[in-house]
Amino acid sequence: MAIKKFMYTNRKAPYGTVYALESLEVVLIGAAFDQDVSLAFIGDGVYQLTKGQTTEAIGQKNFSPVYAALGDYDVNKIYIEKESLEERGLSLDDLQHLVWEDEDEDWAEKDSIRLVSRSELADVMTEQEIILSF
Amino acid sequence: MPIEVNGKSFETDEEGYLANLSEWEPAIGEAMAAAEDQDLTDEHWDIINFLRDYYEEYQIAPAVRVLTKAVGKRLGKDKGNSKYLYELFPYGPGKQACKYAGLPKPTGCV
Amino acid sequence: MGLLHTVNKSPFESNTFDTCLGYALDGSTVLLIEDGVYAATIGTRASEKIQQKIQSNNDVSFAVLGPDLQARGLENKLADGIKVVDYEGFVNLVAEHDSVQSWL
Repeated sequence: MAIKKFMYTNRKAPYGTVYALESLEVVLIGAAFDQDVSLAFIGDGVYQLTKGQTTEAIGQKNFSPVYAALGDYDVNKIYIEKESLEERGLSLDDLQHLVWEDEDEDWAEKDSIRLVSRSELADVMTEQEIILSF
Repeated sequence: MPIEVNGKSFETDEEGYLANLSEWEPAIGEAMAAAEDQDLTDEHWDIINFLRDYYEEYQIAPAVRVLTKAVGKRLGKDKGNSKYLYELFPYGPGKQACKYAGLPKPTGCV
Repeated sequence: MGLLHTVNKSPFESNTFDTCLGYALDGSTVLLIEDGVYAATIGTRASEKIQQKIQSNNDVSFAVLGPDLQARGLENKLADGIKVVDYEGFVNLVAEHDSVQSWL
């Protein structure tokens, strides 16, 4: 199978709607197909990655730990839109620090998160072959 | 159908996966394996314990590809291949080992 | 007492929160729930509007549902002047007000 460039765009906050969880499940299942995968977090989508989510009291599964496993699935291009983060009073420190391990460099840990401006992300989006929107 | 272990009864789903993850104890894994004529050696337990640790940290059962890579890293390259894992768990490392570990069936697992 | 207004939409996704503010009269309380809790976090336009409302009319109160704030990992981002309530507090607010307007 030819490798294609996939981008998943995530624009919804977690828990209030089911989009965030659905996207995550599609990403994990899709990872079995060895494609070139990028994730973009835009608008309220940046809220999916906040640290310290605690969901016992709302009776929903806390799926935020799953994002930390994405590196194991070779999903290691995680784009965060800078403008969206700033508009929400957040910085990268408020988000999980996502990493992946490079098997070819003796499992060296590398950052997965790329903080980019809207115009930079627009360029990355334009390079994609398949875009899935959540 | 529930599974009986040490006089206690534990709920499972229609494929035999434990319904409630928090009820798991090693004896349940042993009983599930015995029902499938599968001996559990230390090598099997390395994998089962790895799966439980992984689930604890990330809240998902890893796909076989992820499991293979992680086993290679933790237990050595000679074990980080599907041949080694399928020899231990002939019904499929994801499916069978996750069941004994009390985890749900892995996402994207065939 | 006036109305209890509940808002369950993110202020970035819909104008529900802005509309609600326009309807919050004396004696009313605005309770932010579900994705509405994002309006209660510091550094956002929405929380600035809450501060302005509090300054211009101290007879309108603001509250946020704690469990929804915790779920979203934003407990330490709560803006000033907004009371945190649990589910029991939610019920009390319903009982204290004449009626409830659930903005959707």
